[in-house]
Amino acid sequence: MTTVDHKRIGVMYFVTSLFFLFVGGLEALIIRAQLWRPEQALISAELYNQLFTMHGTTMVFMVAMPMAVAFFNYVVPLQIGARDVAFPRLNALSYWIYLCGSLFMNVGWFFGAAPNVGWTGYANLSSLRFSPGLNTDFWVVGLSILGISSILGGVNFITTIVNLRAPGMKLMRMPLFTWMTLITSFVLITAMPVIAVALVLLAFDRFFGANFFVTSAGGDPILWQHLFWIFGHPEVYVLILPSFGMISDVIPAFSRKPLFGYPVMVYAGVLIGFIGWGVWSHHMFSSGLGPIADSFFVASTMIIAIPTGVKIFNWLATMWGGVLRFNTAMLFAIGMLAVFTVGGLSGIMHASAPVDLQQHDTYFVVAHLHYVIVGGAMMGLFSGFYFWFPKVTGRMPNEGLGQLHFWLAMIGLNLTFFPMHMSGMYGMPRRTWTYAEALNVEIYNQLSTVGGVLFGISVVVWVLVMLRSARTGAPAGANPWNSPTLEWSIPSPPLHYNFPQLPRVRTREPLWHDGERESVQAASMAEVTVEPEMPSNSFWPLVVAAGITLTWGLVMTGLWWAPLLGLVPTAVGIFAWAFEDPFPASAHS
Amino acid sequence: MTAHAAAATTDHHYTATGLPSWKVGFWTFIASECLFFGTLISTYMVYKRSSVQGPFPHEILNIPLTSVSTFVLLMSSLAMVLALDGVTRGSRRLSILWLSVVIVFGSIFLGFQAYEFIHFVGEGLTIQRNIFGSSFFVLTGFHGAHVTGGVIWMVTLLILAIRGKLPPERALAVEIAGLYWHFVDIVWIVIFTLIYLIQ
Amino acid sequence: MAEASPRYGPPPPRGKKEHEEPAHASVGFYWMIGIILAIMTGMEVAIFYIPALAGALVPLLLVLSAGKFLLVVMFFMHLRFDSKVFTALFLAGLSLAIFMVSWLIVLYYYLPLFTV
Repeated sequence: MTTVDHKRIGVMYFVTSLFFLFVGGLEALIIRAQLWRPEQALISAELYNQLFTMHGTTMVFMVAMPMAVAFFNYVVPLQIGARDVAFPRLNALSYWIYLCGSLFMNVGWFFGAAPNVGWTGYANLSSLRFSPGLNTDFWVVGLSILGISSILGGVNFITTIVNLRAPGMKLMRMPLFTWMTLITSFVLITAMPVIAVALVLLAFDRFFGANFFVTSAGGDPILWQHLFWIFGHPEVYVLILPSFGMISDVIPAFSRKPLFGYPVMVYAGVLIGFIGWGVWSHHMFSSGLGPIADSFFVASTMIIAIPTGVKIFNWLATMWGGVLRFNTAMLFAIGMLAVFTVGGLSGIMHASAPVDLQQHDTYFVVAHLHYVIVGGAMMGLFSGFYFWFPKVTGRMPNEGLGQLHFWLAMIGLNLTFFPMHMSGMYGMPRRTWTYAEALNVEIYNQLSTVGGVLFGISVVVWVLVMLRSARTGAPAGANPWNSPTLEWSIPSPPLHYNFPQLPRVRTREPLWHDGERESVQAASMAEVTVEPEMPSNSFWPLVVAAGITLTWGLVMTGLWWAPLLGLVPTAVGIFAWAFEDPFPASAHS
Repeated sequence: MTAHAAAATTDHHYTATGLPSWKVGFWTFIASECLFFGTLISTYMVYKRSSVQGPFPHEILNIPLTSVSTFVLLMSSLAMVLALDGVTRGSRRLSILWLSVVIVFGSIFLGFQAYEFIHFVGEGLTIQRNIFGSSFFVLTGFHGAHVTGGVIWMVTLLILAIRGKLPPERALAVEIAGLYWHFVDIVWIVIFTLIYLIQ
Repeated sequence: MAEASPRYGPPPPRGKKEHEEPAHASVGFYWMIGIILAIMTGMEVAIFYIPALAGALVPLLLVLSAGKFLLVVMFFMHLRFDSKVFTALFLAGLSLAIFMVSWLIVLYYYLPLFTV
């Protein structure tokens, strides 16, 4: 409860996001059951709306992002030769806010009022007039809380990567996963404030009678779409870049070759993060922005495919001529390449405004987004899991079960989402609780449902892998994969303080260069007489997180002075934190 | 080897850039806040002419009054750098003096804001009245909340200074508070220009 | 490495390169900047009230306020004399913010003028 150790916090993020994976997955499976037959009424339309809203919100904000953050937390300090992140207590705060915010969002279920306006909460459906219930209140407040966690985390990781790299580790020598973490963090701290404001505007409309999205007062619902997607599009790069980073470390390790075109991979990542800020209205092609605006966004969206494509070729080129090992981590990495490419192709189709007019709000988009998020981001996360599992647990992952996980996941996800291209093309609308029999898309829906169950089983297998391997996996040494980067030079699992001595780095693949390998390992495995002092535990982050959740939650009362009450414990927590000495043992002048 | 290791292990001041992590982190936070206020300002600008009913900006905004409060806030930034200078030089007297000026000027600014808000409500402009009311109060309200947070921060520093706990070694804490204060000031510069002066 | 609370003894040991101490402005310099800022604010208000300048109001005010912004950022916030890392961080956020504000203004005010 009071830990500030990045490794522990990383595991906490992982376990919590795994829990929400099951929550979001259950929501998906109920949806798929409802869609088994046309014109079926297994559940009510209202419940259906809540399910798809929460499925999307949960998977994006409570699973995919935090699971990537789990890896940022555990791996990045180890990759750069640091003992922890720059601000350990802030790190803990980010986790506790994530947990509190996620629980808050789901409280709505217990009131029969889970959020139900889609994960995009379009105005003015989400306005008080059309959504008078508590549902959207929970959504607005819960998402605002979650946003703070991401922004603080972004600040922390940027500072860590900029400032705590080991001697000799120039930016262009960092492992690619760390680079992608840096870019993702920049995207996070610039995009999340935009949705924070959008949520503020909606909150003021709902709780204090403001007019931001009230058309009769001159408000414009399209502004919501702009603000949401100015956040929303960079957000999808937040989802995918960490996975790009992970496979960029996995593929070289199991091709026994350095990453092909490292500088280009870095620049492509930066470009994606940057251009990603200029494409948002490709989500609004059917909103009537006009041909000039549309054309600009068509162009920018097509341009962003270029750096992405470059990366794919570079991964392939890395494997070309290498000595390939097809263990589970590598299988997932290669699988990600294949599936993400399919998702990218449907994405390029969407990039054309006239084509998108047919596809928008149909299952074709659902197919695209799941191919890139599940097939792209999640497969990358699975790959990273199998790759770093030995480092975290000190045991090798069970290969047999791992391969089962892989094949079930691959078959499951393709069976689930490929038919959606078809049902989408035939006009099946998304976010609708049932479909007409005359549409003739029943078969595709049934395939998807079967696929969904298969994918669900694959996730259960994944958990079995974790349990089995943690108990009976073969002990892993420091570097079971013979990987080149710094985290593989320290024991598995690492000591509390990671590095006894800060290693000095001279190349991008320290453990693959003779001489450098020895000096790095000497530093990483050095005997210590005096353990390095690490910051002590603190429970103020938990207090501040609870205070923030309380403050935001009190907004729901609609009383302007209520949130101020929540500010009291928050302020107490902040002051106590500010005056706490994290290094009480050492004497400081 | 052991002695070397021992020396290196207790060094927790190492940084790759030679820059204090707090400062790097805070500038990163400022970058994020640019987006926060940028979005609020965008909203105001987009809705500038959208109000269906009055009061409208030109009818109600008081330029002379707000010019004074803008001036006061600008001068508080000057006081802030002087306060930092005082702390860096180890002058307890100057630190207390200039930190107090920052607090007083910041509070005067907030006073002007409060007066303006109350006056506007009296004139019939509320958050609910029209879009101008909504966007104006939310934008300037969040700015005012930031100033308030800043004043509380400064009061904390002032108390430390009075108790002699703000020596030159802790100048970075004051510098960071200063960065926050100046940032809040430059946001106001933008708001004053775009909302009050350009109508 | 955890630097979990501000602790400012001697400057931390760096990576490999040396770096010069940032130039320290004198108190007098800061007063001068303060006075310039005050004068510029006065000019802005004056421009607002002089009818003859009404045509050039917007560009003049934008220039003056940009000037004040830059003065505070470069000198009071010390960006001019500090490491370029801080400037890069600040510009990253500022440029995106400016892009967003400008592009939304274009989308809402200028593009509708071109509706076919």
